[in-house]
Amino acid sequence: MTRLGPRSAAMVACLIALAACGGSGGTATDPGVTSNSILLGVTIAQSGPAAAYGTIANAANAYFTYVNSQGGVNGRKITYKILDDGYNPAQTVPLTKQLVEADQVFAMFGGLGTQSQTAVRDYLNAKKVPQLFVATGATTFMQDFSQHPYTIGWQPPYQGEARIYAKDVLANHPNAKIGVLYQNDDYGLDYLKGLTDGLGANASMIVDKESYDVTAAVPTLAAQLTTLKAKGADTLFIFATPAFTIGSLAIVTAIHWAPLEYVNSVSDPAAYMQIAASKGAKIDGAISVGYIKDPTDPQWANDAGMQLYQKVIASCSTCKPSDGFNIYGVAVAYTMVDVLKQAGSNLTRANVMSIAGSNLNETNPFLLPGVTVTTTATDHYPITQEEVIKWSANAWHLQPPLIDEQVS
Amino acid sequence: MVSRLRRAPARYWLVGAVALVLLGLPSAVTSFESSEWTLVLIFAIAIMGLNVLVGYSGQISLGHGAFMALGAYTTAILVSRYHVNYLLTIPIAGVIGGAVGFLLGIPALRLSALYLALATFALAVVTPSLIKRPVELTGGVQGILMLPPDPPQFVKDAFATVTNGPQMTSEQWLYYVTLVTGAVLFWVAWNMLRHRPGRAMRAIRDGEVPAAASGINVAGYKTLAFGMSAFYAGVAGSLYGLSTGYVSPDTFPVALSFQLLVGAVVGGLASIVGPLVGGAFVYWLPIVSSQTISSQDWIPSQISSVFVKAGPAVTYGALLILIMIFAPNGIVGLATAAYKALRSRLRGANEQGTVQMPPDPHTVG
Amino acid sequence: MQEFLQLVVSGIASGGIFASLALALVLIYNAMGLVNFAQGEMAMFATFIAYTLIEHGMSYWIALPLTLAIAFVGGVAIQRLVIKPVERAPVLTLVIITLGLATLFNGLAGFLFGYIPRSFPSPFSVQTVSIFGAFASYQDLGVIGVSAVVLLLIYLLLQRTTIGLSMRAAAHNPDASRLLGVRVSWMLALGWGLASLVGALSGIMVAPVLLLEPNMMQTIIIYAFAAAVLGGIESPLGAVVGGLIVGVTVNLAGAYLVGGDLQLAVAFLIIVVVLIVKPNGLFGRPSVRRV
Repeated sequence: MTRLGPRSAAMVACLIALAACGGSGGTATDPGVTSNSILLGVTIAQSGPAAAYGTIANAANAYFTYVNSQGGVNGRKITYKILDDGYNPAQTVPLTKQLVEADQVFAMFGGLGTQSQTAVRDYLNAKKVPQLFVATGATTFMQDFSQHPYTIGWQPPYQGEARIYAKDVLANHPNAKIGVLYQNDDYGLDYLKGLTDGLGANASMIVDKESYDVTAAVPTLAAQLTTLKAKGADTLFIFATPAFTIGSLAIVTAIHWAPLEYVNSVSDPAAYMQIAASKGAKIDGAISVGYIKDPTDPQWANDAGMQLYQKVIASCSTCKPSDGFNIYGVAVAYTMVDVLKQAGSNLTRANVMSIAGSNLNETNPFLLPGVTVTTTATDHYPITQEEVIKWSANAWHLQPPLIDEQVS
Repeated sequence: MVSRLRRAPARYWLVGAVALVLLGLPSAVTSFESSEWTLVLIFAIAIMGLNVLVGYSGQISLGHGAFMALGAYTTAILVSRYHVNYLLTIPIAGVIGGAVGFLLGIPALRLSALYLALATFALAVVTPSLIKRPVELTGGVQGILMLPPDPPQFVKDAFATVTNGPQMTSEQWLYYVTLVTGAVLFWVAWNMLRHRPGRAMRAIRDGEVPAAASGINVAGYKTLAFGMSAFYAGVAGSLYGLSTGYVSPDTFPVALSFQLLVGAVVGGLASIVGPLVGGAFVYWLPIVSSQTISSQDWIPSQISSVFVKAGPAVTYGALLILIMIFAPNGIVGLATAAYKALRSRLRGANEQGTVQMPPDPHTVG
Repeated sequence: MQEFLQLVVSGIASGGIFASLALALVLIYNAMGLVNFAQGEMAMFATFIAYTLIEHGMSYWIALPLTLAIAFVGGVAIQRLVIKPVERAPVLTLVIITLGLATLFNGLAGFLFGYIPRSFPSPFSVQTVSIFGAFASYQDLGVIGVSAVVLLLIYLLLQRTTIGLSMRAAAHNPDASRLLGVRVSWMLALGWGLASLVGALSGIMVAPVLLLEPNMMQTIIIYAFAAAVLGGIESPLGAVVGGLIVGVTVNLAGAYLVGGDLQLAVAFLIIVVVLIVKPNGLFGRPSVRRV
């Protein structure tokens, strides 16, 4: 047998050592990740005035439960720690710090509330913890990606949605006298900006805009709506949250006003529109946009995506399947799982953020056919496609085509 | 000297021990936990002020969150727009809060306890909508972001030599700023309450007409109490904004004002230590009820899941009612009563003791 | 002019809602000199009970009286369990307890029923009727009508019956009343039961308009306070008149003066101005404080 010279032995030894080092380098991980689990965290309102949105996190968790039952993501089960911040940014901050520093989550996912998520955005970016798919359409979370590369939104930006409405009005009702009722917070103001920007030189079509505070009692909205009617508006935009939208639609009919109505996407689930109709609102002809399937829409009854949703949501005991917020939660969780799958064994925060922010190209079974979740190096708006929908015969009807509205 | 130490009431030893623990805290816990205790101390400062108003001068306020908002926004606006040194803004916030409180205290004189509670409750509810109005000034619904302040170099060095650990963080620095501020304000309140103003206020609390009959300037002391409590709330608000790094209308909901009053009452009105206990109670209760309970394995999951799902509100409400019925003098009152009972049992037959004056009735109204 | 009229008519409609809850506040005040901060939450909770009964197939016209009865018993129970132990406690303790009750009921409702807004049936139709060219719905008028009937019944009870007299006496001067043989404690319980019943009725009447959800009464209670304070917190008539005035003022101020987003601030202003200028309100009698 030939004896290995000392040099060759050294070479072999080096090669073995190299192989040993190289082996562990292929499974790089960050805090919150073990060989069989991934820990995600979120702060969301589950009590207090915005508690209705809290179900989003529970629905997302239901999807994670489903994925875990199928073996998890690359063999890792997802744990989702949900903390209640009561929609108060001053509570969001310590709870987020707790999740990051004490619980050592891998990433924050699905945080709710523009003010709340703004409060922790700088902190998370400084610590390089991904702030993924925040549950708000406030345009800043997608628009300001270059300043905050660890933050990304998911749903279509409110400004983009309002621009679609502006295009619709200009195309189909160029002589409209527009009145706007908007909620006096970041949500309502974002929509208003989108509408005004979208109308551009025609912004003077807006004859009056009236705001209300979230503390308003619904019946007192009659004051704002009466003023809008008196100023001669024949087209009404309602940028309000569900309870106020329903109330406004009923009041409009009660004061014998029949403008063309534009309802925003947060308030447009068919269940709410039907409540408004039962209160006497005449809403035939109302316009909105959709990007996600409505669980109460019979046209999706045999749709594979909808059936998957019904199966998934059953594991959440407090979630009502007909609630539009729940399918939203499941849909965004789908994207989250997709990102984790794509990251594979390179489960680092940097890699996950790079995929979510710039390398996403997903077809989501819970979104309308044709809508994709896409991000590129220059496009950090995951969803920008929406379709105009019109209300008639007690249901929304899609008005193709899909419109892709970019907000620069 | 030594004999004086020995004769000092047990209370003083307790205070000393607590002070030592608080001083050394950041070296023993993580930076994040220091930031949690900063929030406890901030609540304690605001509650201390409220204590002067409610426990000593007998006026109820359900609206002190509004004064915290005033202080927080003062700091935020001065720091972000006018680039004033953030430490300087803390006393400024207090002064502005105090001035507004004093002015509001004047019409408040005409309101009975119940009506004052009602009016201040309404104030707390409308505070967020009032903040949103002057958009140019307050940033409206966007709020104002502030960078976490860096500790000055000499403090960093001192900290490093003492703890021999990682560099001092902004959170630990803010903890000490809050601790020192709190200690100073605590000392001021304690002194004031030990001397004439405190006695005058207690006399007013126990009966306005007899107090006036004995020559006390009722109106003056009541408005002073209002102004002082608003000053404390303003300072607390300023620190609140600095440690959170963000102020916005939703940061000051009516729940905050409610928490302050609850903290004052649960801690123990007309007690000096009460505010600290109250602050801890107010900060930790939601966390305990939604997180700690569910993570304890010895509690059956049915019971703990009820706690979590029901949320802090149910626990809060139920606990509050129970405390009001069974321990109306708050936790400190409970502890004091227990201590006294224990002591009298231990002293027992030997010492009849001096004739005890009946304890200060903590009446308000 | 048309706009002005509509604002007034709509203001009267929303004022009816404020008045209905204010009546419950007035009842509690008449029973024990206390403002119940939990009145709105108790009303909301009772409405959820009605909702649950109707969801399980019960007819509205059976669920309604049943819920009122449950609310009455509930109110009495709360007085016995929670208020009685602290009867002689200072105002602050009682205020905190009612705030604790408010938090408890709100949290409980959220826990049991969830936060999605729900539709609640109304016995009145949504058809509108024209009043000098302005419009109000039968539902709105129904709320005002029911409040007026309740007002009448309360007035009759308090002013024209022995029990009512006993209740008022027990509230004004418990010690003297005891000496006269009034069962003070049970009078208080009765007051709470009745207030809870009136609150439940208010909740059931207004839920169709507001949409039923746990936070339904959170701001209505402030408007109800303003109504009760303006009208005179002892006076049921004051509650109704105050409610209507608050409703109209808030609408007009919102439209012409301060803008729609400060409507609640207007209510706050009403509370403060009335308490400072004329604390007994429009219909209250000035009370004499004995030294």
